[in-house]
Amino acid sequence: MGIRIVEDKCTGCSLCVKACPFGLIKIISREEVAKPHPKYKKIAVIGEGCNLCGACLEPCSFQAILIEKEEAKLRPDISNYKGVWVFSEQKKEKIQGVVYELLGEGRKLAERLGEKLSCVLLGQGMDEGAKELIAYGADRVYQIEGSILRDFQDDPYTDVLTSLIEKEKPEIVLMGATAIGRSFASRVAARLGTGLTADCTELAIDVESRQLLQTRPAFGGNIMATITTPHHRPQMATVRHKVFKKAIKQGNRQGEIIKESVENRTLSLRTKLLNMVEDITQTVKLADADIIVSGGRGLGAPENFRIIEELARSLGGAVGASRAAVDAGWIPYSHQVGQTGRTVCPKIYIACGISGAIQHLVGMQSSEIIVAINKDPNAPIFKVATYGIEGDLFKVVPALTKRLTEVLE
Amino acid sequence: MNFIVCIKQVPGTTEVKIDPRTNTLIREGVESIVNPFDSYAIEEGLRLKERMGGKVTVISMGPPQAESALREALSMGCDEGVLLTDPAFAGSDTLATSYTVACGIRKIGEFDLVICGKQAIDGDTAQVGPGIAEKLGIPAVTYVKKIEEIDEAHIRVERMMEEGYEVIELGIPALITVVKEINEPRLPSLRGMMRAKKATISIWNAFDIGCQRDRIGQPGSPTIVNRIFTPPPRKGGELILGDPEEQSRKLVDKLREAKVI
Repeated sequence: MGIRIVEDKCTGCSLCVKACPFGLIKIISREEVAKPHPKYKKIAVIGEGCNLCGACLEPCSFQAILIEKEEAKLRPDISNYKGVWVFSEQKKEKIQGVVYELLGEGRKLAERLGEKLSCVLLGQGMDEGAKELIAYGADRVYQIEGSILRDFQDDPYTDVLTSLIEKEKPEIVLMGATAIGRSFASRVAARLGTGLTADCTELAIDVESRQLLQTRPAFGGNIMATITTPHHRPQMATVRHKVFKKAIKQGNRQGEIIKESVENRTLSLRTKLLNMVEDITQTVKLADADIIVSGGRGLGAPENFRIIEELARSLGGAVGASRAAVDAGWIPYSHQVGQTGRTVCPKIYIACGISGAIQHLVGMQSSEIIVAINKDPNAPIFKVATYGIEGDLFKVVPALTKRLTEVLE
Repeated sequence: MNFIVCIKQVPGTTEVKIDPRTNTLIREGVESIVNPFDSYAIEEGLRLKERMGGKVTVISMGPPQAESALREALSMGCDEGVLLTDPAFAGSDTLATSYTVACGIRKIGEFDLVICGKQAIDGDTAQVGPGIAEKLGIPAVTYVKKIEEIDEAHIRVERMMEEGYEVIELGIPALITVVKEINEPRLPSLRGMMRAKKATISIWNAFDIGCQRDRIGQPGSPTIVNRIFTPPPRKGGELILGDPEEQSRKLVDKLREAKVI
């Protein structure tokens, strides 16, 4: 048992008596339990039933109460946590791209552990979606239905996912590092008191310890860190979009769909979603884009973004921008790539008239292929570029658009 | 109204190096700044105070030198600064940090709105904001780009999403995390700097904020960092020469060879 009174420090002041929520502490005469003290006649004693909550530690001004918890006792039992889960984010009934990537990666992890791969799908009218998840590799889908879950809101999503995790005890929970995933994963993990690793780009299993090795960039990608959650379950991670390969669809796959309704449950809802406004300047979303064409200060004027848009269109890509272009008011902030904007990792990133300040580079340097078009041969962007084109972007970009249009049609 | 802004002191650059011997970050010679996203949080707190009246308290958790980040916030106009510092906080992950900061906020007392930056530029996790809200038991909205309305009981905000934004209303007290688009942070005024120099910053340790010992620092952190390493640098680029037409033709050929188009 781990709580004790340090005999020579306790003054018998009784501050701890009031603090104990269970009324277990008494002040008694020293003679009864301890050796005499030159100054203090009384001492505190702790009765049976203490759960080591620690409430008495704070009021004690003399550090006279010690809690010595054995490590093993501190740790919850994690051996009954089994299986890999993928949170299956949907918007307007459409399952988001990152989910299919998580299914591909989750399948590998589940096989390494010899466990099942399950999906959690929250929404309304998601029957088709649930079948789709089975086809993409899920062994089981927890389809939780309810009007309150139709659109993402932090409170009910946190309530439902947390209680399902508590009930079913998965070993690993993966979520997309999207606006939704990154908003409520932290609440879920905090409520469960387990570990969460943000924005992972690499996952592996240490089979012996059954630990998930979660590798993620920090310091804007200049450092990589491998993080584990050794003594808590589930091991939770949000995973960056476009890093893992999509699972392959097998139409004839069989799986179990466990459908539940939350209509009769009381879920917390402290926010009210009034409206969803789509940004009309973005035909292709930056986060989803396989190809991004970005413009920077070198464009010189807002109207020149037209040639960037044309090149992006010829490739079916999205339009990005450097901070300089956004700060100049040439294009909305939602297009900004870099440290204070979005982090992207498309297959092709074409930087036009962007010098490549470190704050920009950290937002795009994990792209598969980087093309830099710049007239300054010393621009730092060339250091990270797979292909560098030194030249006048007003000539190169239209020529490239023309060539691509010819080839791709 | 009472506004609380959470800030973090971070290295002024993300170009950090690892000491190959100790496998830890080399922090010497790197200046420290207020996390850029937190500057937007400070500015928004100040604007709300100007609009609604009240007080802005800025709180940070970190080593004793993080006091300078708080002084910077005071020089911008924040009213009070609180630094949570204790060797026992060392090794905190996002869960332990959320818990510790929540304990600090409870000790500050009554509040209406807690404002955080969307994430810190060193850890890039974006987990502590929602984590604090959970530990305080209040609702939160992340990635806020605009506060449309605020009164004593409600706040209506715009949250940035991948495809646009959502308009969300929530009751107070609440927590928001903000993105860059929300405002343009002011520079400290000379008067502010003079005031900040003299201001007293409350320095609280684990005991002061009454947190449970097993929920803070490394013992209170479910995650551990097993290894840090520098990613392999990108391979040297290839310069494509010629006139614009030639360059375009060669580039398109290369992209087709790589089967990316």
